[in-house]
Formats: sequence, C-alpha cells, structure tokens
Amino acid sequence: MQDPVGFLYNWLIGILTRWGLAAAVAHVLITLLGILILVICAMVLDIFLVWIERKVVARFQDRLGPNRIGPWGIFQPFADIIKLLIKEDITPAGADVIVFNLAPILSLASVLLLWAVLPIAGVIYGVDLNVALLYIVAAGAIGTLSIIMAGWASNNKFALVGAYRMVANMISYEIPMVLILLIPAILTGSMSMLTISRAQSQYWFVLVVPLATLVFLISAIAELGRSPFDLNEGESEIVSGFHIEYSGMKFGLFYAGELLHAFTFGAFISIMFFGGYNGPGVTQMPILGIFYFVLKAMIGYWVIMWVKYTVPRIRIDHMLYFNWKFLVPFSLAILIMTALTHKLLSGYSTPVYILGMLCANLILGWITIEILRARARKQRQSVDPAAQVIAEQVHH
Amino acid sequence: MQSWLYILLFMIVAVFVPFAAILTARILGPRKPNPIKQSTYECGMETVGESWVQFKAQYYVFALIFLVFDVETVFLFPWAISLNALPLFAVVEGVIFILILVSGLVFTWRKGLLEWN
Repeated sequence: MQDPVGFLYNWLIGILTRWGLAAAVAHVLITLLGILILVICAMVLDIFLVWIERKVVARFQDRLGPNRIGPWGIFQPFADIIKLLIKEDITPAGADVIVFNLAPILSLASVLLLWAVLPIAGVIYGVDLNVALLYIVAAGAIGTLSIIMAGWASNNKFALVGAYRMVANMISYEIPMVLILLIPAILTGSMSMLTISRAQSQYWFVLVVPLATLVFLISAIAELGRSPFDLNEGESEIVSGFHIEYSGMKFGLFYAGELLHAFTFGAFISIMFFGGYNGPGVTQMPILGIFYFVLKAMIGYWVIMWVKYTVPRIRIDHMLYFNWKFLVPFSLAILIMTALTHKLLSGYSTPVYILGMLCANLILGWITIEILRARARKQRQSVDPAAQVIAEQVHH
Repeated sequence: MQSWLYILLFMIVAVFVPFAAILTARILGPRKPNPIKQSTYECGMETVGESWVQFKAQYYVFALIFLVFDVETVFLFPWAISLNALPLFAVVEGVIFILILVSGLVFTWRKGLLEWN
C-alpha cells in the first residue's frame, strides 16, 4: 500500500486498454475520474464543515446548536441543502442575468481549483505543480472577481457598495499574504506544495518563522472575508452586502464556498508552516498522512473560527490602515530578515539554524512591539490637550 | 504539460459542479415570478435613485498601490526560489530592491494617500 493512487491508475489503464481504448483517451478518462473523486470529497467535507460551524458557533455563544435532526444534529446540513434546492430562483429586476448567475459558480470554482495542488498525503495529491504557490494566488483572484460580479450584477446599491469594500479589503490583504508565501519558497527553494511538505519532515517551519505564520494567519482571515474583516455580513451596516439579491442554491454556493475556502486556508497554513501530512509513522505507512493532514487542517479551521466568533468587526478604514501601515511594512521586514538570516545561517547544523532564526524572529517582534508602543504613547499624549492641562494642574 | 492538462480538466469539473447544483435548483424550484417579488431590495422601501452609485476615488488609489506591490511580489518569486544557490550578494541585492519599493510606500504614506475619508 505504498502508492495507492499509482496502483489504481495502472490497474484501470490496464483494463481500459484491454477494452480497446487508446492510451491517451484512457489516461484522460482516469484523470477525470480522479478529479471527480477529489471534488466530491471536497464537497462532502464542505457539508460536514457546515455542521461543525453551526455547532461551534453555538458553543461559543453558550447554546447548543442544531441537535434535532440525527444524532447531534449531524443531518442538519442535508436538510439545509434540500431546503435551498427547492427554493424559488428569483432574479431581481434589471439584473445582468449571465453575470448574476456566473458569480456563485466562479466563487465556488475558485475554491475547488485550490484542491488540485493540496498534498493530502505523501502519495495522494492532485498534481505536483512546480508553481503551486503562484497558482494558489491566481485561483484565489478568481474568487475576488466573482464578488465584484455579484455586486455589480445585482442592480442594488447595497450590493455594489458592499462588493467595493469587500474587494478593497481582499486586494489589500493579498499583499502580505503573497509576501509571506515567499517565505516557504525561500526556505525550501521551490514553489511546489509537495516539496514544501517534504522539507518539513525534520522540523516544522513554524519553529523557524513564527512571525510569518502569525501574519499569514491574519491576512488569510482577511482574504477569506471572514470576521473580524467581514464587512459583507455586516447586517447592521449594509444588509448582507454583495449577496443581498441571492436566494436559494446560489446563496448556498456562496456560503459553502466561504466555508470550504476557510478550511482550505487552514490546510494551507498547516502545509506551509505546520508540516502538512508529516507526523510520526508517515514514512512507513504513507496513508497515515491523510489523518495528519485532516487533523492539522481542522485545527487551522478551528483557529479561524475561534477568531471569528470572539472578535468584533473592524471598520473599513481601520482595516485598510492596519494593512497598509502595519502589515505590509511588517511583512516586508519579515521577508528581508528571513532572507538574510536564512542565507547567513544555512551552512550551520540544524539546531543552530533553528535557534538563530528563532532569535532573529524574536528580536524583530520585540522591535516591532516597541515601535507600536512608542506610537501609541505619542498618540495618547497628543489626543487631548485639555486632559493634558488638567494632568499638569493635578501634578502641581 | 501533463500537470496543466490536469488543471484544465479540473477547471472544467470545478465549473461544472456548482453549475449542476444551480441547474438542479432551477428544475426543482417553483417558478412564480411577480414584479413585487423581483423588485430590488432596499430595506423594504421603494428604491431611490440610480443603482450604480458613484465610485469613490479612494478605491482607485488603493488598487493602484496594490498593483505596484503585486508586481513587486511577482518579481520577488524567482529571487526567493533561487536564494539557496546564490551568494550573499544576491540576497543583499534583492533586499535593496525591496527597500526601493518600501520607500515608495513611505512616500504614499507621507503624502496622505493612504487615508480613507
């Protein structure tokens, strides 16, 4: 059982060529079968994620969540899907029909495309692209495009304003995300997800670049459009934003796409910084990698949910300031520091390397916190001159 | 070439699956359009004014800054991959490239282009 995918592939190719099909056609058919299996697994996982999300948000809010349908409410998402499927398909007056219908399709498609490069185990992956990191950024951009399509085609002021703000948010936070994506590329010398996973068999990258992990987590949450950066689910602000006019299965696709996107980003964080499918016993039995991968991705997804249900929403201008005035300079500083220290320390033994990088990270983090504290002190002292006058009088 | 064929097939399947979902919903759902149901939503009132509100100019500024930094990161990808094989001088050169663009960010900051009002 060292290579189940290869084994299945050879067996099926043997059968199909014996039936008389040309080898190329058989290859395409088997590839399509593999893709269908992967996509169906992703969608079934998506259904499971809806249930997890609802139970977890309920527990965070000190209530139970769905528990009527099936044990622990596990069939609730199926009931939701049936409800969404039999709802009427309302297209608002004046909406641009083709773009209106295409937006949810592209939104879910952009998330599904990311699953082509995820290494679920050492031997189970879609395709080992040698430019996987760039591919991820490109596929994510299709999702951003679908938001503008949804907002524009809805013929609704709120949808349009919501879409503008959401896209301004997403493109802003794409910069620190892509800059941090460069860090595993520096550490391994390759953009392929499989190579990055394999390179972490000795130690996880989070030990070497913890600051980068933190920045990637923050910018990933912003890129997903989830709280605390979710201007669009701001019911009190702009009434549900760009998916106001969507009802039924189209809304279901947006919602399912968002949850699957969150899980996929949890998977990315685990692949790039927490070792991916690596774990004890993976070299002997590669299938065990699936278990470790799903476990780590679930933990990543849990952290993303935890942040969502704990922290209040951030205003748009604060969000953009936070990105352009803090995260972008910070991630550039992390990039410069990581490149320099990696180059200087790469000749030494592993413990020296890890300790050196960790120290450099800690020093950079300490400098950043000192700068932020100095700025906060200056801002506090300059905010209220009347308070300063009173403070001086009290001191006298 | 093999891997990109896979990606093409994946794109076809990835577009087909949500399309099939929407098609199923369209077949299974009732179809009773009436003008009130299909009117645009504005908190329960009649809509006032055009739907296409004026585009705030600040979005354009942020998009432009995003463009500059995105192109920078694309240029940094080959540098990052080949760091292991290059001498320290190449690393310092890349750092200088980043610093030139950081000075651009400082310029926009000081000019007040990053304010949202």
